[in-house]
Amino acid sequence: MDTYINKIRELSLKLLKKKEVVKVIGFTKGTLPMATSPIAISLEQDVEKLIFNSTCGLNLANYIRNHKGKIAVIAKGCDSRNIITHIVENQIPREQLHIIGVPCKGMIDKTKVASLFDDDIIEFSEDNDTLLLKSSSKEERLNKQDYLRENCKLCMHKNPVIYDDLVGDLVDEQTLDTPYPDVEQIENMDADTKWQHFDKLTKNCIRCYACRNACPICYCPTCFVDESGPQWVGKGQDKTDVNTFHFLRAFHCAGRCTDCGACVEACPMDINVRDFTRKLNKDSFELFEWEAGLDLTKRPPLDAYSPNDPNDFIK
Amino acid sequence: MKFITIDKKDWAKGIEKSRKTYQLFGPVKDKNGFFIKSLGKDMLPDMDYHDSVMSVKSVLFPQTENILTTTLDEAQEDHHIMKRAVTDYSPRAVLGIRPYDAKAIELVKLNFDTDDYKDPYWCDAYEATTFVGLGLNKPGPFDFSSSTGSGPFNEEGLDVLLADLDDKYLAKVLTDKGEAFIKACGFDLIADDKESQALFDILRKEAEKNIVSKISTDKLKEKTILEIHEAPFWDDIAFSCINCGTCTFVCPTCWCFDIQDETKRKASTRIRNWDTCMSPLFTKHATGHNPRDTKTQRVRQRFMHKLKYFFDKYDQGIMCVGCGRCVKSCPVNIDIREVCNMMNSYEKQE
Repeated sequence: MDTYINKIRELSLKLLKKKEVVKVIGFTKGTLPMATSPIAISLEQDVEKLIFNSTCGLNLANYIRNHKGKIAVIAKGCDSRNIITHIVENQIPREQLHIIGVPCKGMIDKTKVASLFDDDIIEFSEDNDTLLLKSSSKEERLNKQDYLRENCKLCMHKNPVIYDDLVGDLVDEQTLDTPYPDVEQIENMDADTKWQHFDKLTKNCIRCYACRNACPICYCPTCFVDESGPQWVGKGQDKTDVNTFHFLRAFHCAGRCTDCGACVEACPMDINVRDFTRKLNKDSFELFEWEAGLDLTKRPPLDAYSPNDPNDFIK
Repeated sequence: MKFITIDKKDWAKGIEKSRKTYQLFGPVKDKNGFFIKSLGKDMLPDMDYHDSVMSVKSVLFPQTENILTTTLDEAQEDHHIMKRAVTDYSPRAVLGIRPYDAKAIELVKLNFDTDDYKDPYWCDAYEATTFVGLGLNKPGPFDFSSSTGSGPFNEEGLDVLLADLDDKYLAKVLTDKGEAFIKACGFDLIADDKESQALFDILRKEAEKNIVSKISTDKLKEKTILEIHEAPFWDDIAFSCINCGTCTFVCPTCWCFDIQDETKRKASTRIRNWDTCMSPLFTKHATGHNPRDTKTQRVRQRFMHKLKYFFDKYDQGIMCVGCGRCVKSCPVNIDIREVCNMMNSYEKQE
């Protein structure tokens, strides 16, 4: 990771010095051991604040809208796919972006790591594939591969799809025979079990909307749950309203979600929001051979009309 | 002041006994940590917990609460006349809450129970509730409660404070409500006042030694609102914010709410829900104008309210008890400790 960090700082410094960009959007060290925070760097002396490690789980494509001037952004595989989605959906022109690509080796599941401890983790560091963690009662040395986030384990686009610079050599991509084992498991449930599964999933939801707000494709100026004329959804803790939010948000993401995992990363209640979105990703893949954010020239399948559509109903 | 010794072997029996008079709430483990929940039959509070994901505020101020109801059926004489919703205000006891959460209730009380306005829902719930605290022997690394006027053995807002002494609890009875609860449990082993207080003092000092996280608030009062409001750091603090409501919802002192009317067939209910100043909708006017339209304005508002406006208005310190929940839950790690220190040390450049 240190070589990545050095390269990120070097490239950022160069871009700022030559005034090719007005700011660089990346990650900085947080105040907690496994926390990092998105940051915008506009001064040359501040590039030292930029870091990169296995806890940079948020998606920086969520931070590239509404800037003046050209900006640089640090992009993992998934961030780059959401940048493509942003460009295709006219949220930012390609020319306004300088993409510093990071071949990603996966992000860690912080909840899973934290669950090994009864008390708070006070130190975190990593050395290649080894994670070192310390609380006031114990220390753990973990193999990073055992603690990858679920979406990272299933990721087939670790390398940035689009970039202007790279901070390291491209990594090997995996191909999976069954890329959606989790969705299949839910599909195989009977209706009642399925319902219980989703009910249990949202049980502790406090409707803070961290999932939605961390999501790079949830950029609607007014989300349907915030609309008041007409009001589509109740705002309280009624189960139906809570579930309606999650179901509808997932459908709005159909064919656009890159499974970056930012929603799960952001959720303070550890809700596996991906259980909602992944089914739509699978359907897009099976029905339209579509994976979001791979092609600058194609609009998402539910946003495109084609006379050659294979489905009969459209003819 | 009265001290009672409770053998842990007798704890469960006493708690069971109290159910004749009280509905009980206490820490319960759920899938992502502990929550203060209503304790159903056969449920005991998990007194070995360290801290809870959500604070105790929901016992008095539920995230969603029915406040008024009416019928739209015009055949009924009282149709369209709002009446107070039926809520059970029989005695409640919340067990094992941490002292910083009790202090938070006292801060919230400054808003809901004033000479001019009394929020009937909150006040009735408060009146009905007995707060049984549990001193925190080993505060966590992100607990900064001792620099907010609270602390691991702070008694403010509590009716009883328990100290965990391995095989027993030592209970310090602080109010009449507390006395009534202890009596309802049948705990009657009186401990020596002087020795017990000395023990509490030792425990408090030991616990405070564990607190490594601190903030400075000493200069907040002397600065003008405009001085801090116009400080140059707000855009940087706000950049990473995604404007979710996590910080405000996990906060034990955030009290803002929104009113909604919901109708199902002929039954109409007026509901109040927690609201969050992080959401643009919080201040959006019916005209479409939003006086707090930008992320920076909203982030600044939250910190200014907690650390400056509240301080100035009530002169009771800051509206933060140092529980560290928002620090740990924030998806982008915006840290109130850092922001507070920035505000406190800010000097305007001439």
